[in-house]
Amino acid sequence: MMIFGYRVPMMASLMVWCVIWELVGQAGLIFLIPPLSSVLVAAAALVQTGTWQAAALITLHSFVVGMVLAIVVGVTLGVLMGRFKAVDDLFGIWVNIFVSAPLSALVPVLMILFGIGETTVIVTVFLFAVWIIVLDTRAGIQHVPNSLIEMGRSYGATTFALYSKIVLLAALPEILAGIRLGLVRGVKGVVIGQLLVSIIGYGELFELYSRSFDMENFWALTIILFAAAMLMSAAIEHVEKKVDYYAGVR
Amino acid sequence: MTIPAAVQTLHPTSETVVEVRGICKKYSEVEALRLIDLDFPRGKLTTLLGPSGCGKTTLLKIIAGLIQATSGEVRVNGRTVTGPGPERAFVFQDFALMPWATVMRNVAFGLELQGMAKAERQSIARNYIAEVGLTGFEDKYPHELSGGMRQRVGLARAFAVNAEVLLLDEPFSAVDEQNRRKFQEDLLRLVDKERKTFIFVTHSIEEAVYVSDRIVLLSRRPGRVSQIIEPKIDRTASPDAIRRDQGYLDTVEEIWQGLKHYVD
Repeated sequence: MMIFGYRVPMMASLMVWCVIWELVGQAGLIFLIPPLSSVLVAAAALVQTGTWQAAALITLHSFVVGMVLAIVVGVTLGVLMGRFKAVDDLFGIWVNIFVSAPLSALVPVLMILFGIGETTVIVTVFLFAVWIIVLDTRAGIQHVPNSLIEMGRSYGATTFALYSKIVLLAALPEILAGIRLGLVRGVKGVVIGQLLVSIIGYGELFELYSRSFDMENFWALTIILFAAAMLMSAAIEHVEKKVDYYAGVR
Repeated sequence: MTIPAAVQTLHPTSETVVEVRGICKKYSEVEALRLIDLDFPRGKLTTLLGPSGCGKTTLLKIIAGLIQATSGEVRVNGRTVTGPGPERAFVFQDFALMPWATVMRNVAFGLELQGMAKAERQSIARNYIAEVGLTGFEDKYPHELSGGMRQRVGLARAFAVNAEVLLLDEPFSAVDEQNRRKFQEDLLRLVDKERKTFIFVTHSIEEAVYVSDRIVLLSRRPGRVSQIIEPKIDRTASPDAIRRDQGYLDTVEEIWQGLKHYVD
């Protein structure tokens, strides 16, 4: 970004907002917003506590299990929908409903089905993340040029080789985009799931701090979570950029 | 000395490799091909030429086993074709290269699918990469190459699997004019050197006459064989001499007269 001919670093806009936050906090205008500096101090202290570490571990576990399921199921279903019209007709409408549905409303139902515990959180992560992965994978598969598939067939590829060596790789840019969006939704899923179940992990801590109006710790928790989500998203984006070049030349 | 007809059929000067018998193809309501009967002799380059939409690419893909015919059959070395097979290799109009793979891996890909060991397939691929003039580009990716070079990769991949029959679907149509001429000359050299059976699809009359031993003219939809022409051209002459040869020019003119009435 350039301002008045000076090159401004990427993080500059973020810095501006941090300063505003600090000023608002120092002025003590709203008790919900403590100064950023004290939030950061709280964050540094928080990550050293056993409570936070245990909560983070539980949260990470639910998230990873839910995401792995979402990626495996999402990519598989997306490939099948992209390749076979019958599968597309059968699942298309549901995927499109669920991708935009307010899934939080379903969590209480999930609780009845899966109990008040980690299973419900895992299922919530899965449900938040899976649909966008299905849709993006499907779009990627449909963009695989027919001639690449014909090439594989004419040179004697088995069905397995056709998918593993050609179709999945050719659709990789879209699949990665779907996984990146799925990760972000999965982070939402893990927090919402834990909040509604409200006795485990990050959700428990959120509940605890917001009830006792411990805003420093509440914001510290939030910032750590946002940072983790952005880091994951950036990591996938980095891989995406590496395969981007061939999206245009397939 | 005249040879009796019976002997001539028993010992044909060039045996048939690919036989097309009574091929018909219908796409729901549209009839693309009607009762095609053709023989493709070994070691020759036969071109399928016709107006756009005459089904020449469809016929080529039926021979490749990529498309099922509605009726009729294709035999390669006497065996009926039910799908793609290792004795046939295909060169695609849009090259069909894998953008995530190097030139080396693309050229060796047919062999990789056959399960050949890496060192072995790479040494074969290296040989054909040299044959099509791409030595030094082994580790490049397709998007780093020009259109002409990409199709050379496609050609090398087809040669590398050592198929008897090479099927080329308008291989030069996405290549610019200067490169196309060079390409046609290289193709002739490879036809001569590799002694394989080539079936070539093009919509360019000049290209067909320049590279073909036989030209099969297909009529407009539904595609049927309307004429078979064997250009009488001295192939030992230089490329430039061939393009000025009277036989070459006459054949181009003859085909144009035959196709003219299809053009509105």
